[in-house]
Amino acid sequence: MIALLIRDLRLSIRAGGGFGLGLAFFLIVTVLVPFGVGPEGALLARIAPGILWVGALLACLLSLDRVFQLDFEDGTLDLLATSPIPMEGLVMMKALAHWLTTGLPLVLAAPVFGMLMQLEGPGLWWLFVTLALGTPALSMIGTFGAALTVGLKRGGLLLSLLVLPLYVPTLIFGAEAARRGAAGVEAATPLLLMAGITAGSVALIPFAAAAAIRINLR
Amino acid sequence: MRMVVENLGVERGGVPVLEGLSFALAAGQVLVLRGPNGSGKTTLLRTLAGLQPPLAGTVSAPPEAITYAAHADGLKSTLTARENLEFWARIHGTGLAVVDAALERFNLVALAGRPAANLSAGQKRRLGLARLLVTGRPIWLLDEPTVSLDAASVALFAEAVREHVADGGAALIATHIELGLEAGILDVTAMRADPHGAGGLTGAFDEAFG
Repeated sequence: MIALLIRDLRLSIRAGGGFGLGLAFFLIVTVLVPFGVGPEGALLARIAPGILWVGALLACLLSLDRVFQLDFEDGTLDLLATSPIPMEGLVMMKALAHWLTTGLPLVLAAPVFGMLMQLEGPGLWWLFVTLALGTPALSMIGTFGAALTVGLKRGGLLLSLLVLPLYVPTLIFGAEAARRGAAGVEAATPLLLMAGITAGSVALIPFAAAAAIRINLR
Repeated sequence: MRMVVENLGVERGGVPVLEGLSFALAAGQVLVLRGPNGSGKTTLLRTLAGLQPPLAGTVSAPPEAITYAAHADGLKSTLTARENLEFWARIHGTGLAVVDAALERFNLVALAGRPAANLSAGQKRRLGLARLLVTGRPIWLLDEPTVSLDAASVALFAEAVREHVADGGAALIATHIELGLEAGILDVTAMRADPHGAGGLTGAFDEAFG
């Protein structure tokens, strides 16, 4: 299974692999928003957690249709399905590879981008923590959506429509925890709820996504 | 290693395509699968490989004994020929020594360092077939393995199959060309299912493949 993870990471950094795509999109959003809403520092600092969370979420969404589609098109998915790797393990590795190439760079870059949005010390820290705990859920849920739409040509739009509603709870709790943290009030409740969503999706989604792939391969 | 298929029925897109199929594939044996286009050869192979459940009947061989090669070779164009095979060797836990043997067997040693994107169609096919050796599995299910191969490569492939069955392997090959192998023939034409039965759609047989 590690071989699969290493291959996915290697493919993502080679030509056309799409590594950094989400990060570039995230940067564009963060740079453009201050132009859009004006240069008021206090206003920017207030909306920063929400904007950065929405930006991270959309950046995650951007690369989801590649998770299984490329392997499906060149026949690799069929061959992996007949290999000794359990389908659930395949899903876990795919989600992990997606997080490492999309979610993790966003988490690490978020404090820097937060500064562009006039976010101060504790706000940057809370943004980092909420994204670090929340982006794995985005990758897992997105992998499930990708598994559902794997056989479809141009399934990207359908994938977005399926996945966006499922992203809403993570967004609400994540952005709320980051906002409360930045304002210096108690933020444990939304943070724990969001961590619960992450833990639940990591535990349950491999089985659902594996079942979806098996049906789509028939 | 012996695969016994009893009274197997297969479906595609909810339409039964073959029924009442029984045969045995023993170690050291090659069976050539014959039948007109759309008769369900690919569907049969996918069912035997465990990619879809059978409509009826049983397949005795466990999926762990079977490897499947289809029209798509499952190659990554940005990985080199060697990296592609090494990936499958790691997935199947067969060790990297088999990769060299497989490259040698299909005359790919000189191309080992080239990205798969730069290989010709025939070379890609050979690389796809080399994967069969890397999996280390005894039963090969091959769907038109000779597509885009020239005469020399077909001979190379036939030799690989001959060696594999001599080592106690077995192969079920859907092909229309003569491989020069000592092989039994399994013609599925007579096993075509009635598309009107079992809740299937009505209409001509080929409609399931539209």
